Amino acid sequence: MSEGKSIPLLEVSGLQKSFPGVRALCGISLRLEKGEVLALIGENGAGKSTLMKILAGVQPADEGTFRIQGEEVHFRNVNDAMAKGIALIHQELNLCGNLDLAANIFLGREPRRGGLIDEIKMKKGAEKFLAQVGLDLPADTLAGSLPIGKQQLVEIAKALSCDARALIMDEPTSSLSQRETETLFEVVKNLRAKGISVIYISHRLGEVKELADRVTVFRDGENAGELNREEIDHSNMVKMMVGRELSEIYDRKIHPPSKEVLSVENLSCPSFPEHPLALKVHAGEIVGIAGLVGAGRTELLQTIFGVTPALGGTIEVEGEARAIRAPSEAIASGIALAPEDRKQHGLVLPMSVRENCSLPSLLRDSSGGWTNQKMETEVTREAVESMKIKTPHYEQVARFLSGGNQQKIVLGKWLAMRPKLLMLDEPTRGIDIGAKREIYKLMEKLAGEGMAILFVSSEMEEVLGMSDRAYVMHEGKISGELSRQELSEEAIMNLATGNLQAA
Amino acid sequence: MKKNILGIFILLVAIFVITALINPKFLNAYNMQNLIKWSSLYAVMSLGVAFVIITGGIDLSIGSVVGLVAVVLSICLKLEGMDPWSAIGLTLVLSLAIGLIHGWLITKAKVQPFVVTLCGLLVYRSVGRWLTDNQSIGPIPLEEDAGYANIEQIQGLDFIFSGKIALGSFNLPTPAIFLFVLAVASAVFLRRTIWGRYLFALGNNEEGTRYSGINTDRMKILAYVLCSFFAGIAGILFAFELDSVQPAQTGEFYELYAIAAAVLGGCSLRGGEGSVLGVVIAAAVIRLIYNSINMVGISTHLEFGILGLVILLGVIGDEFLKKAVARKQAAVKT
Repeated sequence: MSEGKSIPLLEVSGLQKSFPGVRALCGISLRLEKGEVLALIGENGAGKSTLMKILAGVQPADEGTFRIQGEEVHFRNVNDAMAKGIALIHQELNLCGNLDLAANIFLGREPRRGGLIDEIKMKKGAEKFLAQVGLDLPADTLAGSLPIGKQQLVEIAKALSCDARALIMDEPTSSLSQRETETLFEVVKNLRAKGISVIYISHRLGEVKELADRVTVFRDGENAGELNREEIDHSNMVKMMVGRELSEIYDRKIHPPSKEVLSVENLSCPSFPEHPLALKVHAGEIVGIAGLVGAGRTELLQTIFGVTPALGGTIEVEGEARAIRAPSEAIASGIALAPEDRKQHGLVLPMSVRENCSLPSLLRDSSGGWTNQKMETEVTREAVESMKIKTPHYEQVARFLSGGNQQKIVLGKWLAMRPKLLMLDEPTRGIDIGAKREIYKLMEKLAGEGMAILFVSSEMEEVLGMSDRAYVMHEGKISGELSRQELSEEAIMNLATGNLQAA
Repeated sequence: MKKNILGIFILLVAIFVITALINPKFLNAYNMQNLIKWSSLYAVMSLGVAFVIITGGIDLSIGSVVGLVAVVLSICLKLEGMDPWSAIGLTLVLSLAIGLIHGWLITKAKVQPFVVTLCGLLVYRSVGRWLTDNQSIGPIPLEEDAGYANIEQIQGLDFIFSGKIALGSFNLPTPAIFLFVLAVASAVFLRRTIWGRYLFALGNNEEGTRYSGINTDRMKILAYVLCSFFAGIAGILFAFELDSVQPAQTGEFYELYAIAAAVLGGCSLRGGEGSVLGVVIAAAVIRLIYNSINMVGISTHLEFGILGLVILLGVIGDEFLKKAVARKQAAVKT
């Protein structure tokens, strides 16, 4: 692959890795040049995360060679990788919120004098690295007091302080606002200018297009192709990832407007009590809620679902006013929520597929408090079949399924409850395009059967592709409502950023 | 789960056989009856705390609840001359109320279980001592006692709670029957009812369970109520067993035995795991160790030390077993 060019900073070939029941990598190759931003894309389960963990020394590979500047290396742990200048910036940040920035940056490598920490040296060092990532903050700022975007920059500063030559970033923008994302891009570009290489893993193809010098695509644990700077465009990337065209993904039919299922008036959410909210959803309608992260979309769904009960206002389901103070009351009213954080809120990971699928319907299907094994199996069969959940058997522990299949359980467990309104919070976050398509199909099918669907999404294409109508939120307010005809990327962005005149 | 119980069962058998080989007196009927009786008394408390540990909580007040219930029952019968069944009912209501207060403080006032039940441990112990002026007292009134009444009925209760039923030449202590009934009921509750499922689910992921529409606060309160209720039953059993209740000592440290048995029996303090059979066997192991130390002739001063080491090794062994099972399953799949 090197074609007689200079020796690449990092080169792997023939990498294989198996987990119980899965071959995650079947002979992957990857090359990273000095001072290059290489984007790594692929559906979930394509092997990106596994490769990244191998590169950073978190896991060993089963087979394959791994060279850094031509020299073969074997990492036994993260420290080995760091010693060779490879650092991983985790999706979940690993800073200690109770310590200041200097302490975080030098954690485990504190400069010492006479056995005590040399605070002055540590502070000076920290500020130097903070400046390199564009953070003009005192080194004694508490890490926990920073917003998530800045915390991420601190992580990068920490990596730089270990003389990192290659940074691996896993979905770095997944929880960043627009502005934070732009800052991060500036930092990445600066690093590149300084000769530091970056492996950038993302589901957001727009970002890849803006940032990457080269794109490597994985599919099913194998190399699916490579794109040079001038070849990088949206449809090329999608085609390589999934082997089909984008227009096949969203398949919507418009259903005639029907009776009102949900009507919310003057709703005061605990997180933004100063902005009362109003919205409506009709039977057979798919309504999107767009907006930036932190605009209060998740909080709105959680208030309707009774997780954080409303401080005021009314919620009507099919014209009947409901006081919803707990999820159990929302469910009794015919409302279901598939939450954003499936591991924290959607599933009980150590429990089986069957136990997860039947959890909401146990009470309904029980007489006298006894569990009803037959109904549990029935409910699970319905979820597994209609969602096409890939599981060896119903007793498989949910933890061992892929993200896409886990998400299908989160949706599937509500089907047996026949909700009138199904609310989905980021229904396709972090799952592959194949699983996405199945979730879109299901949304379409349920709407066709007369269910009302309200979904929150940060993916522009998803809102544009799936919504019959959309609300846009900005800083806790509903800043606008767009019909299917009015829906456009520009209209949504204007409303989402509070630019009301243009909308 | 099944392997888990097998491990603790093997431990039980091993200690049993070794002790029997060293000292044949260990096997005589009197010692066996005693062993069964004390194992049953401990296991009742351990089952109670298992409910709480399955939800990811803890209850440190069990020993004090045992002490307080025993004291209150004795006062009712010996000093007040109360109708015996009413006295039993009163003490059970007292234990239920204690559990309810724990559950309410933990779920509604959001105080950590450790703190709530630690304070309970201090408060109930001290109330028991105050009520009796720290004088020992038993549940069975004598002729000179103020509450000398209903003697036949009370003797009947004494038989129910600390009697022996002849099975041929073997006398089965009645606490074993209480344990059997409570253990079967607990196992059915945990494995066959929706509430049992909810307890395991919320012990693994409380938020996720709440998002599935389950009133997790109510389930947690239920767990604390069951725990104190079982401690209350144990308190009644201990009162009749001991004849003389020491307000300052009766039940002291029992919460630690109970927690130890629950953990040794396969409950994870992180919540979401546990089995009734495991807990019962583990409670028996703890009593058996105590008995073996006497039988084998090891200094009783070493009792706590040996108990501590066995629990530690048991839990470590359990972790190894789990890893080995996981590896084996992994190997089978690929």
